[in-house]
Amino acid sequence: MKEGLSRRFISVWRRNLTVYRESWKVNFLPPLLEPLFYLLAFGVGFSGLINGVRYDGVDVPYPRFIAPALIAINIMNNAFFENTYGSFVRMYYQKTFDAMMATPLNAEEIITGEIVWGATKSLIGTLIMLAVISVFGLVNYPMALLIVPAAFLGGFAFGSLAMIFTGMVRTIELFNLPIFLFITPMFLFGGTFFPTANLPLWAQQVAWILPLTHLVDLSRELAFGRFGGEALVALCYLVVFCAVTYPLAIYVMRRRLIK
Amino acid sequence: MMNGVMTARPVIAARNLKKYFGGFAAVDDVSFDVPKGICFGMLGPNGAGKTSTIRMIYGFSPISSGSLFVFGEDIQTRARRVKSRIGVCQQENTLDPDLTVMQNFEVFARYFNLNEKTARERAENLLRFFALEQRRQARATELSGGMVRRLMIARALINEPELLILDEPTTGLDPQSRHQLWERLEHLKRQGMTILLTTHYMDEAARLCDDLLIMDGGKILTRGSPQALISAHTGENIIEVAEPDDALRDFARRSGVRQEDLGHRLIIYAENGHELYRELCGRFRHETCVLRSATLEDVFLRLTGRELRE
Repeated sequence: MKEGLSRRFISVWRRNLTVYRESWKVNFLPPLLEPLFYLLAFGVGFSGLINGVRYDGVDVPYPRFIAPALIAINIMNNAFFENTYGSFVRMYYQKTFDAMMATPLNAEEIITGEIVWGATKSLIGTLIMLAVISVFGLVNYPMALLIVPAAFLGGFAFGSLAMIFTGMVRTIELFNLPIFLFITPMFLFGGTFFPTANLPLWAQQVAWILPLTHLVDLSRELAFGRFGGEALVALCYLVVFCAVTYPLAIYVMRRRLIK
Repeated sequence: MMNGVMTARPVIAARNLKKYFGGFAAVDDVSFDVPKGICFGMLGPNGAGKTSTIRMIYGFSPISSGSLFVFGEDIQTRARRVKSRIGVCQQENTLDPDLTVMQNFEVFARYFNLNEKTARERAENLLRFFALEQRRQARATELSGGMVRRLMIARALINEPELLILDEPTTGLDPQSRHQLWERLEHLKRQGMTILLTTHYMDEAARLCDDLLIMDGGKILTRGSPQALISAHTGENIIEVAEPDDALRDFARRSGVRQEDLGHRLIIYAENGHELYRELCGRFRHETCVLRSATLEDVFLRLTGRELRE
């Protein structure tokens, strides 16, 4: 059983793709409509209240400021929800992993296939959102194209984090806890709808520890057409985050799957 | 010479096999061989260690101690090779509910690195063999209980395994579905497939198994063919007496045959029960006495007791 990871994890990924394609019309809707709703609410609805945001010493129009953050939030949500609720349903209710464990696949390949699938959903969502946001001319090409590989990296990071929770919770209701404690605060305070610089210093420091802050930074820098020191720091953070959470996810899930 | 050695090698060889969960021994020092081409049964009450044992055989659970060789390969180091040659039908429905019958085959075939063409050809043959060809495009959730079982077994055969492992394959099925499934399994056996089966149905074990073992508390209680086990543990006939009175009890005790007194029911195990039965009927009320052939169920209950397990 100590045979490690092989390319066979792709068959797990393809299983999820096959299921996704069965209901792709429904799956395409949220990333298509979500940015429209947000841009309408914050761009038009707030337009009288907020003229622009002071970011990096420059005034940025508000829709331009939040558009890359909406992409980052979508990356987080896609992977996190896929590898919590989605993976848990497959593991616990559908016994999909049990069936896989009786084939030449091993636990590492199953978990890796799941996380890579979560990252793929982030990537698909990002492609759709980028298209919508580009129609409004809110991102600078060609640099913004790098948001696509960044989406995969960010998805892998949040998917690995999600898989750790999946390996730990006893019931599906318990996912409320990490969502309430991590996802919602990151969504609000991760430099998404206002710069972290507006926060008190201690809160800025907390925000810096959280992964979404860096994914927002990276996405925003690329959307503004820049790839400098700030983007590099964010990129390094996300790589290190994956290097910690992915092996931990394998460890926790192995302990759960192998009885 | 080499060939002779190859065919003589058992498909499964377990030696002093143990499985612990914390301090609890689910499988406690079990040794057995399963030769090629037979249907081998594992019987036992709930919690006997059957599923734990077969999970070690198909590489799902690591073994705690002892040794386990499948196809002559050590399951601890060669699990992937072993698993590619086994087909497993687990107790629970593990089909992909969002996919059609055909898609279930295609997805599963990829886990074995089979190419699409091979997968489709084999799936078509298996659908025909298990009378599912009309349901090719049906979703897995639309199938009846019997069809789900057949599809589970069909899917387990997609890699053309040399060993088929079935964990309670007919639990919850109606009699028609059970008989249809038994026929299919007998057909597979005739083709030379080695089958490992767990079941709670003694009629199923008696019909399908060439050899079987009865487990309880993680240990093997006995092993043999169904007929040999009946001869060894109960004798040919059973006389059951409902509501026996003291006079009948006395008579039975004095006759010196093996018996079990359940209070409202007296069970007498007899090698040749006809004579004793006639005598009982002559002396006592005959309408409460029944003479019947001993079955595997009698062996099972005699060995594992009659108390509830859960």
